[in-house]
Amino acid sequence: MPWLSILVIASMLCMAILAPLLAPHSPIDQTLRDKLLPPFWFEGGTSKYILGTDAFGRDILSRLIYGARVSLIVAGLALTVGGGLGLLIGILAGYRGGIVETILMRLVDAAFTFPAILFALLLAVTMGQGLGTLVIAISLLLWAPFARIIRGEVLALKQRDFVALAKVRGCSEVRIMLTHILPNVLNTFMVLVTLNIGVVIIAEAALSFLGAGIPPPTPTWGLMVSEGRGRIAEAWWVSLIPGLAITALVLSVNLFGDWLRDRLDPRLRQQ
Amino acid sequence: MGGFIARRLLQGLVLLVLVATVVFFLGRLTGNPADLMLPEDATAEDRARLIKALGLDGSLMTQYRAFIGSALKGDLGTSLRMRQPAVDVFLSRLPNTLVLIPWALLLAMLVGIPLGVVAALNRGRFLDRASGTIAVLGIATPSFWLGIVLIFVFSVELGWLPSGRMGGPEHYVLPVITLGTFLTAGFMRLTRSSMLDVLESEYVKLARIKGLSETMVIWKHCLRNALIPVLTLWGVFVGNLITGAIVTETVFAWPGVGRLTYEAVIYRDFPLLQAVIILKAILILTINLVVDILYAYVDPRIRLS
Repeated sequence: MPWLSILVIASMLCMAILAPLLAPHSPIDQTLRDKLLPPFWFEGGTSKYILGTDAFGRDILSRLIYGARVSLIVAGLALTVGGGLGLLIGILAGYRGGIVETILMRLVDAAFTFPAILFALLLAVTMGQGLGTLVIAISLLLWAPFARIIRGEVLALKQRDFVALAKVRGCSEVRIMLTHILPNVLNTFMVLVTLNIGVVIIAEAALSFLGAGIPPPTPTWGLMVSEGRGRIAEAWWVSLIPGLAITALVLSVNLFGDWLRDRLDPRLRQQ
Repeated sequence: MGGFIARRLLQGLVLLVLVATVVFFLGRLTGNPADLMLPEDATAEDRARLIKALGLDGSLMTQYRAFIGSALKGDLGTSLRMRQPAVDVFLSRLPNTLVLIPWALLLAMLVGIPLGVVAALNRGRFLDRASGTIAVLGIATPSFWLGIVLIFVFSVELGWLPSGRMGGPEHYVLPVITLGTFLTAGFMRLTRSSMLDVLESEYVKLARIKGLSETMVIWKHCLRNALIPVLTLWGVFVGNLITGAIVTETVFAWPGVGRLTYEAVIYRDFPLLQAVIILKAILILTINLVVDILYAYVDPRIRLS
């Protein structure tokens, strides 16, 4: 078991769920006379603001704790929407075959060639920034890889005896897909979800950084990095601390995902 | 060969039309794009005039036909902020990105490929796990943050390198590292798995039986063959670099098309963003096409499949 990863993930989850209880200050209220204080172990820092404050005198620690919330909510929603869409498309393409499969898989190929992040940016401009836009935008990034791998699984499952039996018994196609195929690809789906949490968190942070994420003043890690960028010489902590949080979380989730894949679905290793 | 090129060209064109169509409809998803182009204090007459001028008063299909029609003539609209044709703005910035990308690709290959070879040769042992850790770290570090850390260490604290903008060779170091790191892990992982396949193959066994030195077997017989699948993904990597450049150029105030994309987003310059996406699609598809043709030329199995 990758205990360290699990510890990091668990503490981030706690931060996200218990944010109002854990955060020592408001993540949004500004205290301008306390602006740009360094973390407490540096000269000029105070124990009132353990990780220091930003240019508006907001507590970095509290913003970090609330930021975990945004990251994990977006990750959960985007993986449900984008991953779920990929799951359905993969099952449909793999099971139906024929023209349906050809069209869907060509779309998947197209999605691999053309970077979805550009459409995500366009969405933020046309629909306006917000949670909904962000979830749709990140889902665009996810559906194609999910669909490709799930389809591969379904192609193999389709040949198995229990599917043939279900056909003989006169089950409808929809019923076979939902009650016979779907439960058998759920393991692979869960592994894919775990392996993609990191992708989603980085995408969310990058979109926030580029001004296409959840709009300010809601604290998100990507936005915090971006806000501190201009003052890196006088106040490095504003930018560097939230980036460290992103790296630590993504690293832990990826290591955990690798471990889970090796336990549940070693064949995925090749991809 | 001619048939292969024609087929790929056709696929590319279909994809391009698909991208243009998606861009068009996304722009109309929430109403009239004229609203995205007007300043906040615009009057109703301003709006009506703009809608008329842009041909946005027709039905959706008429508009779509007009959009594709002028796109075919090389007109992708006018940037709101710069008041210039979006195509011209893009083309004037493009060279600045194109001077960055080959270096990043080179860096990623120079670091990623040897690491992958070393990892494969030491499968399961310390060096394999060490290079695996580097790859995992490379993937987990967001490149916008890596760029800022590099600026903090090498420009602010040590004062060795400039923190941004274009200039002499020293201006390239940090942006190239930021952009390249993003791909290094990919090269490493691919080289490793491809090397592992090749190491098991018959011709490598034969080379060993023939009594060739281990260095010869590994670097000549194995690596050459292991690199084929790695290099066929070049097109994809270049596509990744073009999007990776958005963040890198933003951090380093590099005046390329990546930074242009960022500016189009933060200034809500909808026509410019629309044009940037279509032009980047053309760029990515062209690079993919060229890479495919080169490989089909080198490896007959590709053009026949």
